[in-house]
Amino acid sequence: MVRYLVPLGVFAMLVALLAVGLRHDPRKIPSPLIGKPAPEFSLPALTDPARRITRADLLGKVTLFNVWASWCVSCRDEAKVLDGLAKSRVVPIYGLNYKDRRAAALEWLKVFGDPYVANAFDREGQVAINWGVYGVPETFVVDAKGIIRYKQIGPITPQVLKDTILPLVRRLQQEARRR
Amino acid sequence: MIPEIGHFALVLALCLALVQAVLPLLGAWRGVPEWIAVARPAARAQSLFVLLAFLCLTYAFLTNDFSVAYVAENSNTALPWFYRIGAVWGAHSGSLLLWVSILSVWTLAVTFGSRSLPEDIAARVLGVMGLVSIGFLLFMLMTSDPFTRLFPAPLNGRDLNPLLQDPGLVMHPPMLYMGYVGFAVPFAFAIAALLDGHLDAAWARWSRPWTTAAWLFLTLGITLGSWWSYSVLGWGGWWFWDPVENASFMPWLVGTALIHSLAVTDKRGAFKTWTVLLAIFAFSLSLLGTFLVRSGVLVSVHAFATDPRRGIFILIFLALVVGLSLLLYAWRAPAVKGGGNFHVLSRETLLLVNNVLLVSAAFAVLLGTLYPLILEGMAVGKISVGPPYFDTVFIPLTLPLVFLAALGSLVRWKRQPFRALIGYVWLPLVFCTAAGMLFSFWYLGRVHALLVVSVIAAFWVMLLSARDIWWRVRRNLAGGTRWYRVPRHVLGMALAHFGIGVFVLGVALAGTGSLEKDVNMHPGDAVQLAGYTYRFDGVTETRGPTYTATQARVTVSRDGQVLATLYPQKRIYIVQNMPITKAGIRPGLLHDFYVSMGEPTSDGGWAMRLYFKPMVRWIWLGPLFMALGGLLAAGDRRYRLAVVRQTQPKERAAVRPATQPLPASPGGS
Repeated sequence: MVRYLVPLGVFAMLVALLAVGLRHDPRKIPSPLIGKPAPEFSLPALTDPARRITRADLLGKVTLFNVWASWCVSCRDEAKVLDGLAKSRVVPIYGLNYKDRRAAALEWLKVFGDPYVANAFDREGQVAINWGVYGVPETFVVDAKGIIRYKQIGPITPQVLKDTILPLVRRLQQEARRR
Repeated sequence: MIPEIGHFALVLALCLALVQAVLPLLGAWRGVPEWIAVARPAARAQSLFVLLAFLCLTYAFLTNDFSVAYVAENSNTALPWFYRIGAVWGAHSGSLLLWVSILSVWTLAVTFGSRSLPEDIAARVLGVMGLVSIGFLLFMLMTSDPFTRLFPAPLNGRDLNPLLQDPGLVMHPPMLYMGYVGFAVPFAFAIAALLDGHLDAAWARWSRPWTTAAWLFLTLGITLGSWWSYSVLGWGGWWFWDPVENASFMPWLVGTALIHSLAVTDKRGAFKTWTVLLAIFAFSLSLLGTFLVRSGVLVSVHAFATDPRRGIFILIFLALVVGLSLLLYAWRAPAVKGGGNFHVLSRETLLLVNNVLLVSAAFAVLLGTLYPLILEGMAVGKISVGPPYFDTVFIPLTLPLVFLAALGSLVRWKRQPFRALIGYVWLPLVFCTAAGMLFSFWYLGRVHALLVVSVIAAFWVMLLSARDIWWRVRRNLAGGTRWYRVPRHVLGMALAHFGIGVFVLGVALAGTGSLEKDVNMHPGDAVQLAGYTYRFDGVTETRGPTYTATQARVTVSRDGQVLATLYPQKRIYIVQNMPITKAGIRPGLLHDFYVSMGEPTSDGGWAMRLYFKPMVRWIWLGPLFMALGGLLAAGDRRYRLAVVRQTQPKERAAVRPATQPLPASPGGS
């Protein structure tokens, strides 16, 4: 009897291994940009092509830098979370509108809400490459000195916001005040 | 409206799957004929509703219904209609629906092909398939419903992943899944036999055609995938030991072992518990493959959708299906009596070695695939295991198999006199060794040990398989029967083994004889490679339905005679703004010309990668022979004859004169 239980035992170990493997997020490849200054950029604003949004706009305060697009379906889920966050006025959100058409993006903001202080319009996706973006949505937490402190890959869920992003933002804001 | 019908059909199919699973299994256990009789109608109804759901999703794609989220994410109005059909299984939810739909096709096939089975066995088999169906339908409805609506609907869709916009990849998943899911049938037979408590030769006989059919589709699916990566990925390789490739290869290895082990159980009544274990393994590895691809546990070029919730669901499902099966095995297997004795030199021994080698190879692949995960589990960090590991472990395990395959039809069951065997093989062995060595030397101009051994193995298995058929034909001619009356399963086996030789020859010769050059070329430049002149004529802009492309023209000539004109492209898929290289290939039976385009260089030229690939087509030709062999074997009429239970192999052999041992070539089938 025992001999016939061997396959089951081996399989149980395999399942345990896979269960451990599941807890690791394969997409959590540590971004090499964390702890580094945010890349320089200068792009036209989404709402007003004459105005330019640059890295300097992010400096002097803790900010969220959110990469989104009107064609991105999971950005729709994220919009509600970001709207709530914008209403609470805890942290300003800057947007990077990625590989989009201006009209479609403006329409999207009307439908799903506009939580952004300003949006940079990255038609070619060139700036996104410098920021190491490989999927939409992604969100960077940038501290007052313009250093990237955290990168969220995929939509910000209420869970992630509560457990990770808000505590980090508060800590960074305190750090900034102390100096 | 149509998407809602599709969703509703899935819910109904789930209810029917519950009926299909519960009543027949209980009925077979308690001996209630009325409950047993439910199996076929419930299975058919369940299958039809799943197929209806599949048609609804296909309809949504064909009509560009972007109010369905899945359609919006994976299609576009510019996409040609055949890619829209391919887009149905282009991402996670749809490929699950394809999985269940193909399970339905197999279920339908079993309801029609099981009429010669005892009713209680058929009910158990369909019941087990119903259980599998429940799992996948629940998975789809709970975590990944393809019919979820999107409001407001976007004007256009996000387009199908450009990598998948290729004719080869439209057919690849259905073929692969036909194989994966097809192993659910021998699995269901094995579980039914364990539940029933009768593991006998009749059970093996019933399982054989189904196993072979699933195996042949898996063979085709893997081959298509390999051919696709050769023509699209643009670096001239045909196999990358990528986790997802491995996920399809492991069930193939174990399935191949199962085919051979079933033959022993069918003919000699031996290896019963081992065969049943292999049937469980083959399907478990198919499920594991689904888990690896769909959960995102391993990072791979194929990892489309990754969602931990889905991973947990499918892991629990895997644990339940495989865990319960193995528990059932541990409970029932000790009571099974072993089969007949056999001598050290006998066909049983050869097939045992075949099984040990194939299963070890599968285990080696499994280890290599999961190794990064094991290290990560021990917090050592992220690594990936590459081709060097697989090549070192895999070749020594599989090359002996090629030599053994040739002996398969030559060695008798039970006991093979050694002298007689030597008498059959010494001449071909000497001939193949000499021919292989000469050929390798002529081919490379130097001694390359692996090439020599591979070529000898390939010649050997091709020659002996062909001779086996020739002997049959000669015996028919002498005996007054029509010459072509060779049993189909014999022909199938010879053809499949011949295919191994073709494949090995392709791998060995393409692997050692390929030439490549990375060059910076300006229009008008010519480069010599393998005695051919590759001339770069210039680039033009062109466009397809969903992309724009920069297309180069390269003419290949020899002695001033133009042999091929190649058009490699760099495509930009408009919607996703994704660049894809499309190699320019002139296929040929003896060699391919292959050019892939790189980036423009700073001095106005283009980085070009030129290849000369001899014999590379044989790598896919071999598996085609194998699949054709499988088709012949699965269609043999002896499987369609009703098998009376508990008859001894000998008595049954008497009804089938065609498969009696032959005087000229020893051994039966």
